[in-house]
Amino acid sequence: MTVEMTTSGPAATWLKRRSRISAIEIVFWLATLLPFFLFPSYLSLASQIAIGALFALSVDLILGYAGIITLGHAMFFGIGAYTAAILAKHGWGEPLTGLVAAAVVAGAVGFVTSFIIVRVQHLALIMITLGLGLLTYELANSFSTVTGGTDGLGVTIWPIFGRFDFDLWGYTAYSYALVILFIGVLVARRIVNSSFGLALTGIRENSQRMPAIGSVYRTHLQKIYVVAASMAGIAGALLTQTTGTVSLDTLSFQRSADVVVMLILGGTGRLYGGIIGAIIFLVARDRLSDMNPQYWYFWIGLLLMAIVLVMPGGILGGLSRLFGRFVR
Amino acid sequence: MLKKTAAALALGFSLAAALSSTALAEGTVKIGLIMPYSGPFADAGAQMQAGIDLYVKEHGDEVAGKKIVLIKKDTGGPNPDVAKRLAQELVVRDHVDVLAGFALTPEALGAAPVATEAKKLMVDMNAATSIITEKSPYIVRTSVTIPQINYAFGKWAADQGIKHAYTLVADYGPGHDAESSFAKGFKEKGGEIVGADHSPVANPDFSAYVQRIKDAKPEAVYIFIPGGSQPAAIGKALADKGLTPPNTKLLGQGELTMPDAMESLGKNADGIITAFHYTLERKDPLNQKFVAGYKNLTKGREPDLFSIGGYDGMHLIYAALKKTKGDASGDALIKVAKGMSWESPRGPITIDPETRDIVQNVYIRKVEKVDGKLQNVIIDTIKDVKDPLHGAK
Amino acid sequence: MIGNLAVVLFDGFAFGMLLFVLSVGLSVTLGLMNFTNLAHGAFGMLGGYAVVVAMRDLDIPFLLSLPLAFLVAGLVSVVFERTIFRRLYRAGELNQVLLTIGLVFVAAATMAYFFGTGQQPIALPAYLQGYVELGGLRFGAYRIFLVVVALVIAGLLVFGLEHTRFGARVRAAVDNQRVAQGLGLNVDAIFAVTFALGSGLAGLGGALAIEIVGLDPSFGFHYLVYVLIVVAVGGLGSIGGSFVAAALLGIFDVGGKYFVPDMGAFLIYLFMVVILFVRPVGLFGKR
Repeated sequence: MTVEMTTSGPAATWLKRRSRISAIEIVFWLATLLPFFLFPSYLSLASQIAIGALFALSVDLILGYAGIITLGHAMFFGIGAYTAAILAKHGWGEPLTGLVAAAVVAGAVGFVTSFIIVRVQHLALIMITLGLGLLTYELANSFSTVTGGTDGLGVTIWPIFGRFDFDLWGYTAYSYALVILFIGVLVARRIVNSSFGLALTGIRENSQRMPAIGSVYRTHLQKIYVVAASMAGIAGALLTQTTGTVSLDTLSFQRSADVVVMLILGGTGRLYGGIIGAIIFLVARDRLSDMNPQYWYFWIGLLLMAIVLVMPGGILGGLSRLFGRFVR
Repeated sequence: MLKKTAAALALGFSLAAALSSTALAEGTVKIGLIMPYSGPFADAGAQMQAGIDLYVKEHGDEVAGKKIVLIKKDTGGPNPDVAKRLAQELVVRDHVDVLAGFALTPEALGAAPVATEAKKLMVDMNAATSIITEKSPYIVRTSVTIPQINYAFGKWAADQGIKHAYTLVADYGPGHDAESSFAKGFKEKGGEIVGADHSPVANPDFSAYVQRIKDAKPEAVYIFIPGGSQPAAIGKALADKGLTPPNTKLLGQGELTMPDAMESLGKNADGIITAFHYTLERKDPLNQKFVAGYKNLTKGREPDLFSIGGYDGMHLIYAALKKTKGDASGDALIKVAKGMSWESPRGPITIDPETRDIVQNVYIRKVEKVDGKLQNVIIDTIKDVKDPLHGAK
Repeated sequence: MIGNLAVVLFDGFAFGMLLFVLSVGLSVTLGLMNFTNLAHGAFGMLGGYAVVVAMRDLDIPFLLSLPLAFLVAGLVSVVFERTIFRRLYRAGELNQVLLTIGLVFVAAATMAYFFGTGQQPIALPAYLQGYVELGGLRFGAYRIFLVVVALVIAGLLVFGLEHTRFGARVRAAVDNQRVAQGLGLNVDAIFAVTFALGSGLAGLGGALAIEIVGLDPSFGFHYLVYVLIVVAVGGLGSIGGSFVAAALLGIFDVGGKYFVPDMGAFLIYLFMVVILFVRPVGLFGKR
């Protein structure tokens, strides 16, 4: 994947200014270290939130920046999860290469399906992503000898660098997921703050105009779709590796829908929207279901409705309107 | 970043060591319940919880001088990653002594490594795939396995003189297990499977599959379908095509004629033969007391397989604690749980000391009209059935 | 064999009609009004529970409780439409998605709280049970009933929306609110009535579906995918399109399962992906 960068001139300066790291970002990343010290018994949850955040970030790349609304992105999450699991099942439990393999396989499937995706829009696009996601789910169920079917697979993951074993508390899991999320955000901000990223936003805003001004918009869309697929695959592989399990649920419609909900909740097209959304959605779910395991989703539902009514555009959208300029 | 991780790791381990020694000293035994309280399988969770609650209500919340504390955790469905995380949290944050619940196989498989690592007793109160008990030396099962029922059922069916059967199962792990174990038992006794179809797990309409069965004109049809809306749906599709007893024998695992399915099926349920480990209508004082107590607790809902699994799971924990005199360590509890046997509302049950799996009667029931109401009437009992798959390889 | 084919075709068509009654309300709210209403299934569930309460607690016969389901779902939806939904008509589909998903969560929890998590079976009157024998072939009585109801609904809607004054007003209001307002139409009231119509139909569909797919608090999520498929394949804004799409989907699904049973789970999704790839606006869609 090549990113076309303008190397000089006022445009480049503008892009550079756009991609400058703000103080609030630094504070945010420092805050992500707090669970290690303040809530060590919540580290497993924190690691799954980081994974959810990476997954939401991958959806933001295509939904928030390129306007591709998807209800089937769990397809790539699940493919990544199963790639890591099947590798481990067959004797290769090394985590980092597992992530790479997951990224490659999910990206390859993303590349193949991108030819379909870029040819449709609106409701047809949503429904085709949904359909492809459900087909992948059924396929995984059919090939139960490979995937373990509905029972899923339990796998053994080697320690990271041969040293850091995945412990019961989740120290390794959270550190690992957090580092990968951080790298994911760096990659994503580099992409969205390049001229390629701007071209994508152009497509989102007006898909007829971009080809008219000579932008190869389908190629652009395909590229970002592949990137997003790989990133979702990495998130899936992380889940497999930090929990040592995988199941069909990684591919489910529910997961596809949840991630979109998290992203909209946080705010689309803002890079940190998915992360904030994942934190709020998953923490709320954990706390509410702890208090009331049977009916917690009533309160989640109210939360979602309240946020739409109070802050259309998500939490970051609402905040940025409040403070004028929060996270770009 | 990595340096920080290492530091945090070291801190974590020392904390863990400090905390695990304090847990024993308290006068409580904490039981962490991991099951689907919400989502598409919420009903399984609700019924299992009611079984657990009934046991605690009947027997008090104190055993061997320790107070029993239940901590409920919702998985939302077949999510092993969530189940594993919840198990971890229950161990490190809540310091539970026992992990229990598990309505679905993926939940149990997710939590199994945690039980092993933390050395905690894990009571599988429902998940019914054979391999579960092999995933950790601390797991014991108080429900049932699918091969346990259906291998015995297959042999029984052939013994009754049924020669040709068509099987239709839901296309997922439990369905495949049911299909293969029924077929194995059936063929061993000289029966023949004339056709086998798999329907999607969440299949809304069965007319196509039933038509295929009708075309094959089998003597008997064997069905395995998850509980919920499907038993009634398939029963009606069969009735629509005239595939009803006595012309066509209908066989299935007990879910097919659970109370709500039976209400929806009406007279179409008449004559269906099912095999199950728990029969609501079984005439037995212990069972009748259980059913009455349960209905009283749930304001009229009838107990099902989840309820009895939860109820007996609690019995196992209580009985084991009495034997260890309140020692709730995993090693002590699993040691006394092995070989334990007792009289349950479902009938006599034993925990196999070798496999830690349940040994119990399989009841063959036929739907008949009793006092104007359709009921599952026990027509045969196959005693002390073990899971046929453990050690089979 | 030809007899079998006829039965399979009929079963497929009947299943298609079930899909139609489940989704026709959505082709009104999403299709006509352009409101991404993922809470459609929740209104269907509401209709279902209304029938259960009516039949079990109030002893109202099945046929009379059906219009009740329509009314309950329609009335409740008006309350939501007037207080919440209307604020989001122009807020974009993402906000609509979040709001309506939130409503599905709330609805599912509410039903679980009041009715429990179990299945809610209903006992149909005797004349709708069993089968009708015709030329040696058997047709399920309830399936025949479903087909008739679906045909009546489709006929009334197509006539009502395309050949009456009310229909013309609705189409004018949804096509261009401002102009319609300028012409003196009470757009607010038209939207409220149309939304109630869509949700009422959802409630009716939910009520009719209990007999075949059952009813529990997860109903609202469970059939969301199916109804979205029907509306998308049929094409937005076309009731007739939904009808044809539902019939084709039903026949393709049942027929496919009959001839290639191992493909059972894939058929409906494959059908949708192929159709939408070839015709992104759906079979009869205009936009």
